[in-house]
Amino acid sequence: MLLLRLLLKNALRHKLRTVLTLIGLVVAISAFGLLRTLVDAWYAGVEASASTRLVTRNAISLTFTLPLNYAERIRAVEGVSGLSWANWFGGVYITERNFFAQFAVDPSTYLALYPEYVLSDAERQAFLRDRQGAVVGRKLADKFGWRVGDQIPLRGTIYPGIWTFTLRGIYDGAGANTDEQQLLFHWKYLTESVRQRPGAASSKVDAVGIYVVGIADANNAALISQRIDTLFRNSLAETLTETEKAFQLSFVSMSEAILVAIQAVSLIIVVIIMAVMANTMTMTARERVAEYATLRVLGFGPAFVVRLLAGESLLIALAGGVIGIVLTFPLAGVVGQATGTLFPVFQVSDLTLVLQLLAALVIGVVAAAWPAWRMSRVDIVSGLRQVA
Amino acid sequence: MNPGTPAESSPLIRIRALSKAYQRGAQLIPVLQGVDLEVHAGEFVALMGPSGSGKSTLLNLIAGIDKPSGGCIEIGGVDIADLGEGELADWRAANVGFIFQFYNLLPVLTAAENIELPLLLTGLTRRERREHVHAALAMVRLSDRSDHYPNELSGGQQQRVAIARALVTDPQLIVADEPTGDLDRVTGGDVLALLGDLHRQLGKTILMVTHDPKAAACAERLVHLEKGVLLSDGVGLSS
Repeated sequence: MLLLRLLLKNALRHKLRTVLTLIGLVVAISAFGLLRTLVDAWYAGVEASASTRLVTRNAISLTFTLPLNYAERIRAVEGVSGLSWANWFGGVYITERNFFAQFAVDPSTYLALYPEYVLSDAERQAFLRDRQGAVVGRKLADKFGWRVGDQIPLRGTIYPGIWTFTLRGIYDGAGANTDEQQLLFHWKYLTESVRQRPGAASSKVDAVGIYVVGIADANNAALISQRIDTLFRNSLAETLTETEKAFQLSFVSMSEAILVAIQAVSLIIVVIIMAVMANTMTMTARERVAEYATLRVLGFGPAFVVRLLAGESLLIALAGGVIGIVLTFPLAGVVGQATGTLFPVFQVSDLTLVLQLLAALVIGVVAAAWPAWRMSRVDIVSGLRQVA
Repeated sequence: MNPGTPAESSPLIRIRALSKAYQRGAQLIPVLQGVDLEVHAGEFVALMGPSGSGKSTLLNLIAGIDKPSGGCIEIGGVDIADLGEGELADWRAANVGFIFQFYNLLPVLTAAENIELPLLLTGLTRRERREHVHAALAMVRLSDRSDHYPNELSGGQQQRVAIARALVTDPQLIVADEPTGDLDRVTGGDVLALLGDLHRQLGKTILMVTHDPKAAACAERLVHLEKGVLLSDGVGLSS
């Protein structure tokens, strides 16, 4: 108990210094957590992907489509348990600032392949029945205050014109990382509307952006991918099939340099505060040489001095770490709001919390290492002289 | 504890051919040379000498906080020059009480907590430790100041807390390095009177470094050092 009291009192001996160090730690730990959350948000699509889903797209590029008639041939491939398709719509809701993902999908097969989009039976049926209907994720509906039955007008960019959808359902994500910020509508409505428009480009009629392939056994993903791609080799539209995870990763890899930079910055912040904290502990130790020498005179061993310094350092680091962790939540909320629908998921993960706590621990230990080692080896007689 | 007559008892401290030198670059600076000294249990010895004479070094060596360059220091039958760092720390905790010129109290601990510190190294329970601390505080007449921090105490009171801390483990030897050096004459006199009481009532062996003849007069034996050599060993005024 006396040792604990000594630790606490020592930590609060220079209140201003301790408070400034704590502020630094809080800023560093919360910034570290925030940057980690940002990186996690980037990878949210990857994390949410299922191992039993493959994505087949045009081998040239995502901007090129695939014919609808590939559907039956893919469905016939051995190992394929389900098939659906989707097109990126790229519409604008009022202004460009209101960005969110919109997909024209084949509703029944798509929802069957994505059980994580949880819709009530009534809403599901209403969506399936209404060709002009749409469903949106809960976060998106909350953001714009949409209710079932509302009309949602979108200005098409890839598909010009004003497209108005009737909101038939609002889905909830089954997991924390399920994307609740997208709008799904009928692919048939899209393709038929395009067909009916005068001067419509033939490439946009019955054209599919991606096929989503359901497989029964994730272990056969590579084999089935190969089978599908072999099927369309030397055709006008060759395919590239990959796991949903790999497909999502290909988007992330486009901005990999930014992610690496963010991760580097998050680590640099930790290293900087480590140096600041080490400086604080070194100053602290230097001021107390005579006290440590006195303790040694009284019979306390070098290990006791190490415990005192390391304990004080850990106490400050953990206090700063815990406050930083707690502050990460409101900060992530603010950043999540500010980035709007840019990230489907923006929430602090358990792993980030663990890493923040670990970072605080490492800062505490490393900052105390040098001064503790020095003080444990200090010559008692010269240490005692410092008091004068 | 009954001290007995020094002349009749075997010496508590037996020092033979003690030498100490410090290395300054390539130069070896001798501080103590061929010191022989015996101190019996219950003696109050004052070590005197001019600055740089080696009296504090001798005290540090006897107290086991410094290592000699040569010779032997036998205290209570133990040659402390042969002890390792850990053994020496344990030996100090069990056998020596320290009083410093500048008190060396931990400023963040109260008087009672400062006195309790050495007891943390014993197997005493918290309650037993508290009892010992109260007894030590009563002995130095500071029971009413147990919860005061060092900066709330006068110099003389701080030194009395330091004396209580030195006593609380009931060591056989108390070493005091200029215990009145930072105090005014009256307060210094009080502290010396307290040390004298401890010597007489508890029979503690006290080794005190001082350059103040009036402080030395409280001791029953004076040892003079000059340039690292023991010059004279005589009887003090108090005896």
